[in-house]
Amino acid sequence: MKANPKDVRTGVFYIDGDVAAAEGALAAGCKFLGGYPITPSTEAAEAFARRAPQVGAMFIQMEDELGSIATVMGASLSGQKAMTITSGPGFSLMMETIGFGAMLEIPFVIINIQRSGPSTGLPTRTGQADMMQARWGSHGEYEVITLSPDSPQESFDFTIKAFNLAEKYRAPVMLMSDECVGHMTEKVEIPEADKIDLEPRRLYKGPKDKYIPFKPDKDLVPPMVKAGEGYRLYLSPLSHDQRGHPLLSQKSTTRRIVDKIRLNADDIIETKEDGLDDAEVVVVSYGITSRVAYRAIEQARKSGIKVGIFRLITVWPFPDKRITELAKRVKGFVVPEINYGQIVFEVERCVHGNANVVLVPHGGGWVHNPDDILGAIKQIMKAKKRYEGIFEYKTELEKLIFGSGVQKK
Amino acid sequence: MKTNDKGVLTGTHNLSGNQACAEGALAAGCRFLSAYPIPPSIEVIERFTQRAKEVDAIFIQMEDEISVLAAVLGASWAGKKAMTVTSGPGLSLMMEHIGLGVMLETPCVIVNVQRCGPSEGIPNSPSQGDVMQARWGSHGDYEIIVIYPNSPQEMFTQTIEAFNLSEKYRTPVVILSDESLARMVEKVVIPPANKIILEPRKHYKGPKNKYLPFKYDKDLVPPMVNAGEGYKFHITGLTHDEKGYPVMNEECQELNVHRLVRKIRNYVDNITNIEEKNLSDAEIVVVSYGITSRTVDKALKQARKDGINVGSIRLITVWPFPDKEIMKLSKKVKAFIVPELNFGQILLEVQRCNYGNAKIRFVEYGHEEIQNSDPILNAIRSLTK
Amino acid sequence: MKNVKHPMDFYLRMDRMPHIWCTGCGIGLTATAFVAAMEKAKLDTNKVCVVSGIGCTGRFAGYIKLDSFHTTHGRAIPFATGLKLANPELKVVVVSGDGDLISIGGNHFIHAARRNIDMVVICVNNFIYAMTGGQVAPTTPLTAYTTTSPYGNFEPPSNIPQIAESSGAVYVARWTALHIRRLTNSIFEALNKPGFTVVEVISPCAQYYSRINRLGDGLDMMKFYHENSQIKHWEPTDNLYIDYQKEIIVGKFVDRERPTYSESYKKWLAE
Repeated sequence: MKANPKDVRTGVFYIDGDVAAAEGALAAGCKFLGGYPITPSTEAAEAFARRAPQVGAMFIQMEDELGSIATVMGASLSGQKAMTITSGPGFSLMMETIGFGAMLEIPFVIINIQRSGPSTGLPTRTGQADMMQARWGSHGEYEVITLSPDSPQESFDFTIKAFNLAEKYRAPVMLMSDECVGHMTEKVEIPEADKIDLEPRRLYKGPKDKYIPFKPDKDLVPPMVKAGEGYRLYLSPLSHDQRGHPLLSQKSTTRRIVDKIRLNADDIIETKEDGLDDAEVVVVSYGITSRVAYRAIEQARKSGIKVGIFRLITVWPFPDKRITELAKRVKGFVVPEINYGQIVFEVERCVHGNANVVLVPHGGGWVHNPDDILGAIKQIMKAKKRYEGIFEYKTELEKLIFGSGVQKK
Repeated sequence: MKTNDKGVLTGTHNLSGNQACAEGALAAGCRFLSAYPIPPSIEVIERFTQRAKEVDAIFIQMEDEISVLAAVLGASWAGKKAMTVTSGPGLSLMMEHIGLGVMLETPCVIVNVQRCGPSEGIPNSPSQGDVMQARWGSHGDYEIIVIYPNSPQEMFTQTIEAFNLSEKYRTPVVILSDESLARMVEKVVIPPANKIILEPRKHYKGPKNKYLPFKYDKDLVPPMVNAGEGYKFHITGLTHDEKGYPVMNEECQELNVHRLVRKIRNYVDNITNIEEKNLSDAEIVVVSYGITSRTVDKALKQARKDGINVGSIRLITVWPFPDKEIMKLSKKVKAFIVPELNFGQILLEVQRCNYGNAKIRFVEYGHEEIQNSDPILNAIRSLTK
Repeated sequence: MKNVKHPMDFYLRMDRMPHIWCTGCGIGLTATAFVAAMEKAKLDTNKVCVVSGIGCTGRFAGYIKLDSFHTTHGRAIPFATGLKLANPELKVVVVSGDGDLISIGGNHFIHAARRNIDMVVICVNNFIYAMTGGQVAPTTPLTAYTTTSPYGNFEPPSNIPQIAESSGAVYVARWTALHIRRLTNSIFEALNKPGFTVVEVISPCAQYYSRINRLGDGLDMMKFYHENSQIKHWEPTDNLYIDYQKEIIVGKFVDRERPTYSESYKKWLAE
C-alpha cells in the first residue's frame, strides 16, 4: 500500500528531528496524536498540530501523559493510526498503559525524545538512558520493538517504519530518538507519496459472527477489526483466551504476545554494518552516538587499527545471533552510550566471554568526545587478557571532574 | 540503634507473607503507609491499619498510585520511615516517582506483590514478571536495591533489612513478593525489640548555616536532615549541585549520575545477600529466587540421592545482581539451571555473567505448577545424560 | 550602605539571584506578595515548607529560603500531603502553575480539597504552558492562540475557583498580579486559616501568552487588568469564568469552616 499524496509533504526541507518525525507520522497516515508538552519533544507536537487540519488528522493535548497514551489506545481501536510523543518523565508515566496496549495487541507508536535523567534531570539536553526502560518498563511479560534514528532524515524514515512495524506485529513500537537529533536541523528529503510503502492494518475479512479477536494467523499475529462496525468487541486486559474473554492462565495469550516478536525477530531486526569484514574491534552503537563513533573509527583506521561499526537501528529485539557470531572472531567490542551502561549488558550477554567488552559511558547532557571512543578502541587492541566483566573506560570528562576523587571499582 | 518496642509484636505467630511484611515494617519503625488498594497486596494495608492506632502510625489511601509514592517521599522528608505496597499495574504507575526518589536520595520502601501480567493479567495469581521492571522501569540512569524473600519469616526480617538499606544508602528499596508468598501462612518468630538492629537515618551533625544537602561523605552518601528542623534547604528533581540548586551543565550531570550509580555499585559486596547450598562439589547449580526457590530444595535432595552433585544459589537481593559470584561459579560448574515464573528475566543475567562457560537450562514455570519440583529435577537429570 | 539588607532577603535565596523569570512575568510579584504575607503572619519559618511542581511557577520553591521541594509535574499536592501528615507541625504551602495544579495535578487538587488537608495552595494562572514553550493549558481562554492551538483554542477553559469550591476548599480567592496588596492580604488570610486554602493569581506571561496573541508586554497586561478587573467579593464561583480579553472578576469568594483532615481523623480515632 502506498502513502496518500494528501498526507505527504513532498519536497526538500531544512527541519529539525522533531518536526521530521511529525512529518513522517503524517506521511505514514497517522491521523491521531494525543500528546502532552514535554521538553524536548514539544516541537513535534506543535508541528503536528499545525498540519493536522490540512490532512484531516486530529490533535488533542491531554491533561497529562497518562491521558495521552490512553487516548492513543482508543483512537487505534477505532481504526486510526495513532501515536504519542514524549520524553523520559512522560515515558515513565505511560508504562501501565503500554502494558495494556501490549496485552490487547493494539498497534501504536510512541516517540521518545530522550533527555538527561534521572527524574527531572536536564530537560533541554540529550541522553540515551531510557533504552532498558523501553524494553522492561511495564510489568509482566511482553516484547517491544524500538528504532533509533541518528538524524532528522532518519527521524522521518524511521517514523514511517515504526508505523509499519506496529501494524504488522500489533505490538508497541517506540522511536527512541534523543534531544540532540530532535533539535538538530538538517536536510530532510520527503519523497513522492508513491515511493513510500505503508503496511496496511491487517483487517479481518471473514463473516462477522465467526470473528475470534485473538485467533492468530501463521505469523502469530491476529487480524483486527474497528470499533463501531458491529463486531460487538469485548476487550479486557485480564489474561484472556482467543475470544478475548478472561482466562486465568498465563500460557494462554500471554505466551503468544512474547513469541510473536521473539520468533519473528530475524525479520524485525535491522542493523547496519560497516567495515566488519576485517575488523578486530567492533563499535556497537545506536542513535546519535553512531555519528560520533564514525569519527573515532575514521581516526582509528588512519592509525592502522582494523575497526568497524555495528549500528543498531532496532535496539529491541536485540540482535543476539550476530553479536555471538562476531564475538568468535574479533578481539573486542566498544559500546559507547550516553548512559552508564544499558545496551552494553546485552552485548556482554551475547559475547559469551569470547571477546572483551569496553563501555564508554556518558552521564548525559551532550554527546561523546570522539577521542574517548578512540581511546576505548585502543584499549581493546592493547589488552593482553580477557577482562573479568565489562571494562569501563575512564572518559576525559570523568578525569576532569574526579581526577582521583570518586573511585570506581 | 534498637527499635521502638511498640512496633515489635514479639512472639511466635502464624502469619501470611503480607501480614509478616506489615509487622516487619512496624518493627523497623515505619510509621507512615500510603497505598492504593490493589490485589494481591491488600492484606498488608489491612494488617498495618489494624495495628496503626496502637503504634501511632499514619495510613492514607491516596487517589492513585502516583500520588501514593509522592506522599511517601514527602513523609520521608518530614522524618518518618515511610512505605507503600502495590502490585504490577501500580508499580508501573510509580516509575516517575521512583526516579524522583533516587534523584532526591529519599529513603523509602516499596513493596511490589507480583501478579501475572502484563496489564491487568491475572490479579490473584503469582508471577515473577516484574523483576526486570524493578531494575530498569524508570527513565535515566540509576541503581536500585531489590530484595525478594521466599517465606513469611523472611518477609519479616527482610522488610526490616530493606528499611535499613534504604536509610544507609539513601535510596528507595523495592521488596518483591508475589501472590503465593503473600498469602501463604507459616510460622513467623518475632524476636524481642532489643534484638532487632536498625540503621538510623544518617543525620547531618554540623552547623545549620553550613549545611549542603548533597555534599557527600566518603561512602558517597550525603547526610540528610528533615523538613521543619530549621535547615531551610532546597531539593529538586533537576540535575543539581551540592547546595541542591539546579545546575544545567554537562559536568554537573556527569558528577550527579556518576555518584548516584556508584553509591550502590561500589558497595555491591556489602549489599548482596545470597544463600549458597552444597556448592563445594557441585557440578550443576540451580540459581533461583523468591517463590520458585521453595521447590528447589526438594529437587536437590532427590538429585543428591540419585548421586548427582547439585547445589544451589538463592538470590535474596536480586539487584544489584551478584555478577562476581556467578562468574566465578561458571568456571567451576558444568551447568546452571534457572527456574522462573516468567519467560526469562534473571535467566538473561545468568547468561550475561556466565561468559559462555557453563550450559544454561531455563525452567519456565507456569503459575499453576509452582508447587511441583519435577520440572527442576527433570532439568537436572537431562543435564547429566 | 553595604550592610543594609532588604527585609525580603531573609526569605529569599539571594545566592540564586537573578531568578529565571522573564521581564513582565507575574511570578516575581507573587513571590513578593508571599514573602510580605509571611512577614506579616510571623510564622515559625523553620516549620514552613514550600512545595512546587514543574513549570515556570514550579521554580518558585528554588528561590524561597525555607525547606523547599521541587517535585514532579502535577504531584506537588500529594508530596505536600505526605509532609503534612507525617509531621503535623509543618505548615505546608504549595505554589505551582495552572497546568501543574489543574491539568496533570487536577485529580490531586480535587481530592486534597475534598479531604480538606491543611495546606495553602497558590496557583499562578498565566493561561499557558510557558516553561515548555507556550502550549495550550486547560485555563487558556477560548479563541486564544498558543503553539498547540495554532488556529485558536476551541476548548472551554477551567474555572479554578469553581473547581476549588465544589471540591471542598475552605478559602478561595482570586487576584491578579497587579493587586499586590490585596493578594498579600489573601495569602496572609490563607496562611492563618486551617484547611485547604486556594489563592489564584492571574499573571501575565509576556514571553508567550501575550506575545503570541499580540497583547503587548507585561506592562500592557497589567494595564488590561487595571481596566478590566472587577472586585466582587462573595461572587458565586460559577460566575468566575474567564473569557478572552474580557472582564476578570477578582476577590474573596469562599471563606467557610469545615473540619480539616487531621481534625476529622483525631475525632474518629477518639470514637
